Amino acid sequence: MAINWFKYSAPTTFYGLAGKLIPWFAFSAALLFVIGLYIGFAVAPVDAQQGEFYRIIFIHVPASILSMFLYLVMAGYAALGLIFNTRLSAMMATAIAPTGALFAFISLWTGALWGKPMWGAWWVWDARLTSELILLFLYLGFIALHASIDDPRRADRASALLAIVGSVNVPIIYFSVKWWNTLHQGSTIKYTGTSMHVAMQQAMFIVLLACWLYAIAVVLARVRSIILERERNTVWINELPEVRS
Amino acid sequence: MSLDIWMRENPLTYVWLGSYAVALLVFAVEVAMVIHKRKITLRQVRLMREAGDDARDEGAA
Repeated sequence: MAINWFKYSAPTTFYGLAGKLIPWFAFSAALLFVIGLYIGFAVAPVDAQQGEFYRIIFIHVPASILSMFLYLVMAGYAALGLIFNTRLSAMMATAIAPTGALFAFISLWTGALWGKPMWGAWWVWDARLTSELILLFLYLGFIALHASIDDPRRADRASALLAIVGSVNVPIIYFSVKWWNTLHQGSTIKYTGTSMHVAMQQAMFIVLLACWLYAIAVVLARVRSIILERERNTVWINELPEVRS
Repeated sequence: MSLDIWMRENPLTYVWLGSYAVALLVFAVEVAMVIHKRKITLRQVRLMREAGDDARDEGAA
């Protein structure tokens, strides 16, 4: 049976679908957070070099991956909105930005807390750290630019351009540890394999999945409010049970 | 200097309070903001709908 995906690109159908999906994503995220943190703190062994401090990895790495990936998803939606003038794409980009910014903040914060005991400094102007900080500023710039323009469609177009241009920063973050000599370590997990203990890998990937599901749940909840706000003059919004009650 | 000594004596507390508690707090604040935004948006839409109904009633009268 073929699914007509374009049907769900309309706010009218997406609004209801998102409402049904949010509890599933939220519950799965909470469950996976608990499982991931249990494995990370109770099962995974102590690191030979870093001791207990390495356990920051279970939130630092997922937050960093999410901050970069969410930016690309946001830029993708912004580009779709700009090219095809689709309403929902721009709304999705707007909904993703705050969550991406928070993940970038968590990545920088936990990185600083990891850096202090390992490097002896909360912050260094290293290529990886600096480019991640720029990512946070790009998210904040996107949010501020969108909020500063009254007309939502014009705000969508202006902030879409910023999102698209800013996406060049994501590969810079990813490859910074290869292109430059940095204090930040390179990738521990490579296509060729890893030296990480299996319990450490499990904890990290489970928390990564939990962060993904959390981000999806929060973005869907936020985009529902944006749809309500922007489509408030339409008949279908006024016919919704939650509006009529 | 004292923080350096404390974090080395209590690494798990440092990791939990510094990283995980802050991350969970950030998530909690975000969820609260999303719920609040939903509430105020729904209230606004309901008010606008009621204002539209009242205007229609007055026009009919």
